[in-house]
Amino acid sequence: MKKAVTAILPTKAPHASVDLAKARTGISGLDQLTSGGLPRGRPTLVCGGAGCGKTVLGLEVLVRGATQYGEPGAIFTFEESGEELAANVASFGFDLPGLIAQKKLIVDHVLIDRSEIEEAGEYNLDGLFIRLAQAIDTIGAKRVLLDTIEVLFAGLANKDILRSELRRLFRWLKDKGVTAIVTAERGDKSLTRNGLEEYVSDCVILLDLRVADQISTRRLRVVKYRGARHGSDEYPFLIGDHGISVLPLSSLQLVHAAPTERISSGNRDFDQMLGGGYFSGSSVLVSGGPGTGKTCVAAGFASTCGPDRRALFFSFEESPAQLSRNMSSIGLNLASLEKRKLLRIISTRPSGFGLETHLFAIYQSIEEFKPSIVVLDPVTDFAVVGSKNEIRAMMTRLVDHLKTMGITALLTSAQSALALDGSNGDADAGVSCLIDTWIVLHSFEVAGERNRAISVRKSRGSAHSNQVREFVISDRGLALIDSYRDATGFVTGSAREEQQRHDAANGAGAASNGGRRPKRSERQTSSS
Amino acid sequence: MIGKSNKLDSSNGGWCPTARAANNADAAAGSADGIQEDFWELRLYVAGMTPRAEAALVNLKRACELHLQGHYSVAIVDLLVNPQLASADQIVALPTLVRRLPVPIKKIIGDLSNLERVLIGLELKGSQVQQ
Repeated sequence: MKKAVTAILPTKAPHASVDLAKARTGISGLDQLTSGGLPRGRPTLVCGGAGCGKTVLGLEVLVRGATQYGEPGAIFTFEESGEELAANVASFGFDLPGLIAQKKLIVDHVLIDRSEIEEAGEYNLDGLFIRLAQAIDTIGAKRVLLDTIEVLFAGLANKDILRSELRRLFRWLKDKGVTAIVTAERGDKSLTRNGLEEYVSDCVILLDLRVADQISTRRLRVVKYRGARHGSDEYPFLIGDHGISVLPLSSLQLVHAAPTERISSGNRDFDQMLGGGYFSGSSVLVSGGPGTGKTCVAAGFASTCGPDRRALFFSFEESPAQLSRNMSSIGLNLASLEKRKLLRIISTRPSGFGLETHLFAIYQSIEEFKPSIVVLDPVTDFAVVGSKNEIRAMMTRLVDHLKTMGITALLTSAQSALALDGSNGDADAGVSCLIDTWIVLHSFEVAGERNRAISVRKSRGSAHSNQVREFVISDRGLALIDSYRDATGFVTGSAREEQQRHDAANGAGAASNGGRRPKRSERQTSSS
Repeated sequence: MIGKSNKLDSSNGGWCPTARAANNADAAAGSADGIQEDFWELRLYVAGMTPRAEAALVNLKRACELHLQGHYSVAIVDLLVNPQLASADQIVALPTLVRRLPVPIKKIIGDLSNLERVLIGLELKGSQVQQ
């Protein structure tokens, strides 16, 4: 009895065999959300409407396979000729003719012209099989692209033969052990017009191109991935200068490192308020109304850059020259930092492209410049190209990405002029929950003058001041001023100067006077 | 592209029904004049002599003897022997009969069991009626 039971039970743990071999696509983001790439040695179906990037995706997987992973590829194109294909992808830096010459790729244009074909009796697609085998064997192809095999349905009349032959073809590709990508047009009711998903069931990727408010967004979804965990959401993707990039909304887990190292905010007094500066690799939000000095705080932080911590400043309102000039008025020499390549200022108009394109451009600049500090000034400008939810999703991805890279990020956020107390929930572009340190800048009118104040609204895992401190912006930069109170409360500007003079006149004894509270008496609060 | 005429001669199934057709094959390919207008150069692509390929050959012979006697040549191309010709000559389905001459090129796929379709494919139907 006992023997019988052990015979039935598998000898190995069942999950040990489930681990599928994967073939990396080399497409940034796609490998991440498929946890390692496409199923190796099996066909993958890529479907979508016209012009949504099926061919580019397929070609990129083959080109990257050939160039980065040492896996030669065979391309069967049913629509475009080899020359057309090469011309279309040359702009991504894919050198098809070069790869063909190096025998890393082989391209066969399968031309089916219905006008010259007559069907008289039974046939099969052995001709296509022979071509596939010939191409695969010639260069030892490990990857195969069939783009798009559905053209056969238009070229050949006998659908019964076609269906049974396609079934045989995909079986044959599996037996051959090649990682195949089959592209297909999207159908009205089914994933593909001719029901190809019936034959290719291991992995199905759906591409989509949507236009909302005149801005088009490409999206990718892994509909099915047999035997593997995969992100099932729709992920925006871009066809950029270097091919496709998929932007996972956020990484699947929260696994950011938590360094305890502090970096200066660019102002010693303010560092003190923060309990020693920002945490390295954290995200900082600076919010405030117009003219509260957000850009000054941001530029002050960016100017702390050095050879081992470079800063990348994205300005969505000012050009690099304007920013340098304006900041030189507060004693920050951004131009010289830029010249020494410690700082890079990138200016773009938010309305220029869609959110995904912006995000991608930001990713790419980070990839190139490899900064330790990134400043975005201001993120609320994106409201012109996206809804609140979209901006929030974009910011989630961006902040997440920056944290993963260990980059300290400072985002500024414009507040409506009406929200003087910084309590306006809309002002933070919905990102405050992602943010580690939130600094609120105030600008208020009192007794015929406009004064500025700064406070730390939250700072995770760090003791920080609870005070609202007045600050002045002068040609020497930001200066925090000791908090002064009179009987009526917090005093600023001329009233504070008056109080200071009054205290000075009263001599040192005034220190114990209830009229003013020196900054050392401030209470440190901590939130986490 | 590839030395097709050599392949043609060496292919094991090369089959020319009449001496005249064999002699005229090259002349027809070389001349643009209308002299050889009535000459049909045909190729039958197969992958080994399967029953379907045999059937296609028998059906083709019958059709040619009936409608093209003395005006044609047939070469059999076995893609198992010359697989590279499949892509060079754009073959997808098998068996495929290709009419190389007269131009334009015509392809008839299948075992050629439907004689009517074969004649339409070869554009022989109309001329037969006239004769």
